[in-house]
Amino acid sequence: MNKRILEETVMRTLMKLSTLLILSVLVIILITILVKGLPALDLAMITQSPKGGFYLGKEGGILNAIIGSLYLAGGSTLIAVCLGLPIVLYLNIFARPCSRLVRFIRFSLDVLWGIPSIVYGAFGFTLMLFLGLRASLLGGIIAVTFLILPIMCRTMDEVIRMVPRELLHASYALGATRFETAFTVVVRQALPGIMTAVLLSLGRGIGDAASVLFTAGFTDHIPDSLLRPAATLPLVIFFQLSTPFPEVQNRAYASALVLTVIILAICLTSRALTGRYTKHTIK
Amino acid sequence: MNRLRTVRDTIASRGMALITVASGGVLFLIILGLFLKSRPILASGSFFGLMASSNWHPLKGEFGFLPFIAGTLWTTGTALIIAVPPCILTAIYLSEYASKRMRQAAAPFIDLLAGLPSVIYGIWGVLAVVPLIKNHIAPACGVSSSGYSILAGGIVLAIMIVPVIIHVIHEVLRTIPVELREASLALGASKWQTVRQVVLRKALPGVIAAVVLGLSRAFGETMAVLMVAGNVARVPGSIFDPAYPLPALIANNYGEMLSVPLYDSALMLASLVLLIIVVIFNIFSRLILKTVERRVC
Repeated sequence: MNKRILEETVMRTLMKLSTLLILSVLVIILITILVKGLPALDLAMITQSPKGGFYLGKEGGILNAIIGSLYLAGGSTLIAVCLGLPIVLYLNIFARPCSRLVRFIRFSLDVLWGIPSIVYGAFGFTLMLFLGLRASLLGGIIAVTFLILPIMCRTMDEVIRMVPRELLHASYALGATRFETAFTVVVRQALPGIMTAVLLSLGRGIGDAASVLFTAGFTDHIPDSLLRPAATLPLVIFFQLSTPFPEVQNRAYASALVLTVIILAICLTSRALTGRYTKHTIK
Repeated sequence: MNRLRTVRDTIASRGMALITVASGGVLFLIILGLFLKSRPILASGSFFGLMASSNWHPLKGEFGFLPFIAGTLWTTGTALIIAVPPCILTAIYLSEYASKRMRQAAAPFIDLLAGLPSVIYGIWGVLAVVPLIKNHIAPACGVSSSGYSILAGGIVLAIMIVPVIIHVIHEVLRTIPVELREASLALGASKWQTVRQVVLRKALPGVIAAVVLGLSRAFGETMAVLMVAGNVARVPGSIFDPAYPLPALIANNYGEMLSVPLYDSALMLASLVLLIIVVIFNIFSRLILKTVERRVC
């Protein structure tokens, strides 16, 4: 009897400890980035593009990378929504439920989700060679779109799947076509979930480095055309950290702080949005 | 008017079907693209010869992938050993023991852990893990190390795969019927006995699938490992040695690959190998998860 109670207590303590460990690691990471990044962060960092010799410790900021990342992630999120929403609506509304095609697409999206971003980068690079593109904002957008499309689709899919079937039937009974039902009833009902999917993809797009390494190139300027190279925040962090100069490395910490804040903001917005935008949803 | 609506419906349906089918072809497209690019190097030597050789001298045209494959296996293995036990315990705690409030409080943390970019983990590794190994762990084990090592890569990777594993195990545990637990508890089993002998036994395939998913995530993770693993192209001998995993190899050499003959082809072959291994792992665990979750489709 005592042995069982002892076992129970020991295991329960171990579980609590490991939960605590995992949660505290996150807190430690955030604190480390904050403590290291904050002293090096100033207004010039986020309002200026790099001046000459920025990577040797001279003046300037990382505005080009912030804008570049936003363009890149924004563009690819936009394309991914335009491709992902039809896919998900087709799977759930138009296609015969549980058909072989539906199962295959869901499965292949799951597998695509697991493919590492460096592979998407390499593939994007071969695609660019094939199309005759140079490293550019467009190339980066293509690679990142491939990367976030499965994430977007599967996240939206999980939400749209939960839309009650009765709602569809009610809409059909009123004489609406599948197209009208999909884009007016279903999308509206699933709007909070779609928002979450979009923000999740946006965050992934901003934070990913390996897929843009080959494809987006690097520059000190804010990109003014799709065919120009674009700097991205993760790469700026990486390059600054690889220099031997302590002051440039400090800037890497500050840039990391900027990136973390952006990601945190996206996470919080997504949490807040889930609560709102439910005006049209039927419980 | 009605006719117009039906036509629009049909056109939309066709168009959406086209996009959907196209998305199913992406995986094959990627494999094909990388394969075409890696054909030149496959023509120059046998596949297994390339994989088993440890001579990496691109300028001399020697491409042996063994150091990189070994590096990947070492870092991934270390990460799994570190990550799996706390992940299983935490997942059990969150789904079996914790109150609803506790669970809801922990969820955003796990989400955030999954959402942080790999560069942030990398920079944290450089700031915290590498010095820790250099100044404390390695001396305590009686070796000297620069800190940029398999262990550093393993620790950082472990943290990165935690959210994946916890999330999947949590989902799997949720699919196990409450009645099973109630039956066990009614027979007088303690909570832990129920978890260990009923819940975990039933969930075992799902737990394995979760670990394999984490494994494949660790396999392909690039930037964080690149920043902390040391990148020395030699087959490592201990966890304090530096390693040069496959993804880091690809990421590190994109600059010079077009100027050395066959180099780009070698790197594309590396991506192809990485892709195929990850896809196999993913298919394996997704198939298990499908049977475990027993969803209608």
